[in-house]
Amino acid sequence: MTDMSAQLVLDVQAMKKYFPIKKGFLQKTVGYVKAVDDVQFHIRPGETFGLVGESGCGKTTLGRCILRAIEPSSGSVLFRDREGRVRDVMQLEAGDLRAIRRDMQLIFQDPYSSLNPRMTVLNIIAEPLVCNGMLHGAELKERVAHLMELVGLNSRHLERYPHAFSGGQRQRIGIARALATEPKFIVCDEAVSALDVSVQAQIINLLQDLQEKLGLSYLFISHDLGVIQHISNRVGVMYVGKMVETATTQTLFASPQHPYTEALLSAKPVPDPRRKSNRIILSGEVANPANPPSGCYFHPRCPYAKDKCKTEAPGMRQVGDGHFAACHFAGELKLKGASGL
Amino acid sequence: MGRQEEVILEMKDVKVHFHLDEGVLKAVDGVDLRIKRGKTLGIVGESGCGKSVTSQALLRIVPKPGEVQGKILLYRGGKDGTDEPVDLVKLDPRGKQIRDIRGGEIAMIFQEPMKAFSPIHTIGNQIIEAILLHTTDDKEEAYRLGVNILQKVGMSNPEQRMGEYPHQLSGGMRQRAMIAMALSCNPSILIADEPTTALDVTVQAQVLQLINDLKEKSDTAVIFITHDLGVIAEMSDDVAVMYLGKVVEYTDVDTLFHAPKHPYTKALLNSIPSVSMEKKRLESIEGTVPFPMNLPQGCGFYSRCKHAVDGVCNAADVPLVEVAAGHHVRCLMVESERTEQEVEA
Repeated sequence: MTDMSAQLVLDVQAMKKYFPIKKGFLQKTVGYVKAVDDVQFHIRPGETFGLVGESGCGKTTLGRCILRAIEPSSGSVLFRDREGRVRDVMQLEAGDLRAIRRDMQLIFQDPYSSLNPRMTVLNIIAEPLVCNGMLHGAELKERVAHLMELVGLNSRHLERYPHAFSGGQRQRIGIARALATEPKFIVCDEAVSALDVSVQAQIINLLQDLQEKLGLSYLFISHDLGVIQHISNRVGVMYVGKMVETATTQTLFASPQHPYTEALLSAKPVPDPRRKSNRIILSGEVANPANPPSGCYFHPRCPYAKDKCKTEAPGMRQVGDGHFAACHFAGELKLKGASGL
Repeated sequence: MGRQEEVILEMKDVKVHFHLDEGVLKAVDGVDLRIKRGKTLGIVGESGCGKSVTSQALLRIVPKPGEVQGKILLYRGGKDGTDEPVDLVKLDPRGKQIRDIRGGEIAMIFQEPMKAFSPIHTIGNQIIEAILLHTTDDKEEAYRLGVNILQKVGMSNPEQRMGEYPHQLSGGMRQRAMIAMALSCNPSILIADEPTTALDVTVQAQVLQLINDLKEKSDTAVIFITHDLGVIAEMSDDVAVMYLGKVVEYTDVDTLFHAPKHPYTKALLNSIPSVSMEKKRLESIEGTVPFPMNLPQGCGFYSRCKHAVDGVCNAADVPLVEVAAGHHVRCLMVESERTEQEVEA
């Protein structure tokens, strides 16, 4: 039942999360918000998979469904744990799930609300170790001090509370907490979005150093294309709950095959006044996932849309080596990459 | 007169100090800027550098216990019967004159339109209120002007939108309504304080284009405040980089991105992961922005600067020096380098 190619650490298949919309006195379900709709992708060991999309496209929901922090509606998540066994996270009972979560951790977006203000840094970072009964006493304290040094914090500050730290330092605490159980796979959910650019660069460098040192795999969720391009090996683009394109970072940025990817790349302001871009400015806004348009969800905003797009939803198909796009005309359209702007 | 005439607002040594129990918080500490007609001045900096407080000082809406000092000269071009500029600092922040200017001559777009709009009044009501205060007394005409301005910012069904509440609009539409409200009285200066930070990139692109189009059509001066250097490159004619309440570099946009002088500007430019950049390790700035209270003497960037020299940079306050025509830098190292070159020549 649990079959996965040897080079993968995570394989997500046909992941769906539908939130019911309830109405009336009897709370009858009148429809569904398709937050994640039939998404599949995989991650190799030591790799960073970037997930990019606009707000409300389901990237956070997808990240949490993989950890089963939100219960997915259907799908399978094959994960290779630290003993090398392949398990389907979706099938696990509570006890097994807790055990496997030692190997998969989450870093949150907001370093201000993700740390309990009434716990010391020692308690915050030690919590996953205590919960899993992994260490205690002097050993625990030593391990936490080691983790603090690992993320570039002073281990003498163990007894301080989160308010004594700046935003960047708090994010380091969050990273140390995620690393406590020696996971192999970390979901970074907008981990640098709340930080100033100069601090953001520090945290990105830290995440990359840790990846090299500890052999981590990341699912890196962000809305910032610059950050995604910098940190990812492969990238997936999401639009209204669906994955519309996946490719290696280089291919995706150089020759996108989905019109939405092209528009995203073109909309990102480039910090160079000499490169006044020929912007593709999309009209309208992201479709409502509770009431998506017919056919291809992107067709009302797509400059290349034809009649077929209004009626038929395109499936994901291969357009190149490891390059998939969900567009009827993928491969036929001449789309501009980031360098052509 | 030429060049002089273009300037419609001049800030001279503007300071905003908050007198708190713990000491004096110098949010803005000696800012000199000039706003020119039809041009965009970008103000960029990290959080806490004083860019938003600077814009609040212009409208005299600095929250208590903030105190504005210095000179903010607004050239009204004979609107009040004289050619003499008005010093906004001297005006009573609750007086009639500043309320005339606020919204009438200087208008502002806020970052979070959901917070800036009243949730219990319709969009139309809020736009009409501004028009009635500044432009006309006739309610029907105000309504007509309101519909017009909504149309101008690209809202579909403007008549219907007039009767809708802010929560009924999407983020991008709300920001358009906000821009419409700001422009409803034909201001000569538009302050945009992080107007696109809360928006998605594709919607941000729409809003940026809208602001640029409107600026060109009506010859409005724009003060564009953001932390995003990409947006600055896209929008500005001149740029001021702020750090700890001070302008550290002030020049035209091309020079700033292609020949920056100040170590902070350089480091900031190197720390952005950019779509067009090949993969290399990001250059980060060590440490974080210090808290702007009880700061030591000398350059504010001293503790994080790679080129800082002990005994020089931390000895006395560093002045803003014009190193080339229109290029102002606040750094002693840059200045000494320049004098050496001059001596050699």
